[in-house]
Amino acid sequence: MTTAAEYKSRMRQTWCPGCGDYGVLNGLLNACAALGIERHDLVVVSGIGCSSDLPHFMSAYGIHTLHGRALPVAQGIKMANKNLTVVITGGDGDGYGIGAGHFLHALRRNLDLTYIVMDNRIYGLTTGQASPTSDKGHKTKSTPAGNPECALNPLALAIVGGATFVGRGFSGEPVHLSEVIRRGLAHKGFSLVDVFSPCVTWNKVNTYDWYRPRVVKLETEGHDPADRNAAIRQALREDGKLPIGVIYETDEPTFAEEEPSLQGEPLVNSRIGLTDEEWNALIGEFR
Amino acid sequence: MDTRREATVWIGGEAGEGIASAGDMFMRTAARLGLGAFAHNSYQSVIRGGEVLLQIRAGPHPVPSQGGNWDFLIALNQSVLDLNLRSARPAAGALFNVDTIKAPASTTVAMLGIPVGELTGDLPKNPVQQNTVLLGALMYLLKLAWDVFEGAIRIQFGKRKAELADLNVTLAHRGWEFAEKNFTAPRHIALAGDGKGRIVITGNQAVGLGAVAGGCKFYSAYPMTPASSIMHWLAPRASRYGMLMKQAEDELAAINMAIGAGYAGIRAMVGTSGGGFALMTEAIGMAGMIEAPVVAVLSQRGGPSTGLATKTEQGDLFQALGASQGEYPKAILAALDPVDTYYVTIEAHNLAEKYQMPVILMLDLYLSERNVVVDPESINPRVPVERGEVVREVEGEYLRYRDTPSGVSPRTLPGTPGGMHIAPSDAHNEQGVLVSDWYTNPSMRTKMMQKRMRKMEGVLHDTEERGIVCEGPEESELTIVGWGSTFHILEEARRALTHEGHPVRLLQFRTLWPFPAQKALPLLQAAKRIVCVENNYGGLLARLIRQETGFSIPLAVRKFDGEPFSIDPLTQALKACLSPDAPPVQTLVSSELDLPVTFR
Repeated sequence: MTTAAEYKSRMRQTWCPGCGDYGVLNGLLNACAALGIERHDLVVVSGIGCSSDLPHFMSAYGIHTLHGRALPVAQGIKMANKNLTVVITGGDGDGYGIGAGHFLHALRRNLDLTYIVMDNRIYGLTTGQASPTSDKGHKTKSTPAGNPECALNPLALAIVGGATFVGRGFSGEPVHLSEVIRRGLAHKGFSLVDVFSPCVTWNKVNTYDWYRPRVVKLETEGHDPADRNAAIRQALREDGKLPIGVIYETDEPTFAEEEPSLQGEPLVNSRIGLTDEEWNALIGEFR
Repeated sequence: MDTRREATVWIGGEAGEGIASAGDMFMRTAARLGLGAFAHNSYQSVIRGGEVLLQIRAGPHPVPSQGGNWDFLIALNQSVLDLNLRSARPAAGALFNVDTIKAPASTTVAMLGIPVGELTGDLPKNPVQQNTVLLGALMYLLKLAWDVFEGAIRIQFGKRKAELADLNVTLAHRGWEFAEKNFTAPRHIALAGDGKGRIVITGNQAVGLGAVAGGCKFYSAYPMTPASSIMHWLAPRASRYGMLMKQAEDELAAINMAIGAGYAGIRAMVGTSGGGFALMTEAIGMAGMIEAPVVAVLSQRGGPSTGLATKTEQGDLFQALGASQGEYPKAILAALDPVDTYYVTIEAHNLAEKYQMPVILMLDLYLSERNVVVDPESINPRVPVERGEVVREVEGEYLRYRDTPSGVSPRTLPGTPGGMHIAPSDAHNEQGVLVSDWYTNPSMRTKMMQKRMRKMEGVLHDTEERGIVCEGPEESELTIVGWGSTFHILEEARRALTHEGHPVRLLQFRTLWPFPAQKALPLLQAAKRIVCVENNYGGLLARLIRQETGFSIPLAVRKFDGEPFSIDPLTQALKACLSPDAPPVQTLVSSELDLPVTFR
């Protein structure tokens, strides 16, 4: 049995004091412990950005990839070895901006992966430009007159895009967040866990205090995550409330279940070289 | 006229008229009879309606190139007949359907019109039946064996439906009989094979075959001509061999998926052309930094930008050399022909895993889509597979990026207890801890850069010997330099000039990076006169040679019109290089013809 602390690496965590990402890391450590995932069977893949440093702080396999490319790298790993637990961590710029194309296709591909997005509605590592989830009117270094573009709605996008699990957490609700991440990890198929993870340095608007009165736990409202229309209504809520919890969950066949090449043993165990019979049949096709 | 043993056949028409299947039947017949054959398809990027000209040359095995002017033309529309008459060899014959095409008034070419409607009126209507009828007549004129041809038709159509095969056999036979009764000439060519059954394969099929035989388990790609047919060949076969062919949402995804798969421990490959490769380059640099094996097949087409989407060029050498920001270990290999492509594909995977780095395999449309007859024995299934150093059981502290004398740090695969580490695209130390935005460490950065780049010593050692193919004597009047897909046509030209009493040497480059300078320089210096022949505008190999050896090649023959070199103009241009007042750059253009009638 691995404890939550044992999933943590010896690396000093480098986020700013008070950063929401600490809460996400702890949530992930707790969820891994709760599910008893072997550390050597866990791969944590990230892109670029403050939140993408997360794999360094875990004792597991990890790749710190390029900006926006964590999802395809993670999908390649999972396709190569479907026995691994693959978690992707990153930020809103990484996932909904430069990597948005991969996000949409990962949804519909439905590999058994968990994607945790630490959404702070700002570009932090590059010192405070508007992000895809910055609200309209938000004044940032790159939008001094206020952001002229509307914010992307990742939950709605995920639900209509074919996600089989959509959850949301808040770093200010660590116990609740751990549980949402745990459910995402336990889900068979592609799970999006979008987390309100405030940037205490560059986003002075969407702070912990800004979120606290707005978040509402779905469990307290009797929301049924199996109801897709109800999930879309939650994602598009207009009462100023921000729902957290499991918004949508459905059971669909995963990519590995559908893809003929992924039946049976993981590819990483498949035999190299051809038998004489296989070779002769193959060459025979060219005769 | 003496009987000739070699024929060049052109089949021209619009895309969608069944030209490819006529060509396949011809090639298969040739292979089964023990002939050699070489086909190059010159086509446009339109699924239906673009002009297509399939050039096939058949004769004693092996046939080195698609040849020059034609002995027989199958014209499927009027403009194909009209426009190509000037490319006829002496005693040539043109086959066409008299129902739709008029023979020109005066020409020396034998006009072999066939009333397809009259011959096939009793048969079910089939939109592409005319080419099967015309092909039947051609096969008679070339004195090929009917039964072998019939077998090829049955293979071509039997896959779909037995009735379709029967129909096409009947169609071909009507054409054959008509020719037998009505055409007494041209009958100066008799194609006779040696009876040894051979196979027909394209460059891209050879990539697929090499991938399967060499243990590649993951291929990801986004469709792009001329690389797409690798995907098409692998898609229905991959699952039989424990392999996954994944069409990705774009080339960014394709390469990043392959890198993830390579990191997780399987041989992984992508295939694309120049535009897609441009999108992949950032990730190729990442593979260099995180030390993950990956093979990228770059099948070049005419550039820049969308360029000549369905045409050949060797214009991406510097793109491959300069792929991604910064410096990282990599190899760039080129292949000479489909058989070589099979082996180079496997070699690329061996190098990628041994040195934990990206390997770029450069092809071009001329090689990828070239269809040739080869000896099946020339493709050996027993190939060396080198997986590189992988730690399966970890004892003590594991350093993923351990600084070693070879620069290669034995890797662990996810799933291995005790081997956990992080593979970062940022600069990092031996453990994988960042030495960039957390803290800077100039000496660690220097040491790790040297560790990675040290791998190139081993790569050079492993790729130098294969790097240059040398044909012909050192004492030559002229030395030709080329790279990759032009090998056989350059060799054909070399032999032709040698036959005319001008000994010529050929140096063909197969390894482009690390550049085999030590091997190249003495060969270059030994040359009396020297010319670099490339399918590009700028003489890219010549530039690379100058950059890496200081040796300037004074003469160039270049072609960047999208078509491959053709043997006669190429030989003439090389002959001109024998003269002391040879022009420094000769640019060849395939045809004086402008647009086909329909596009004028």
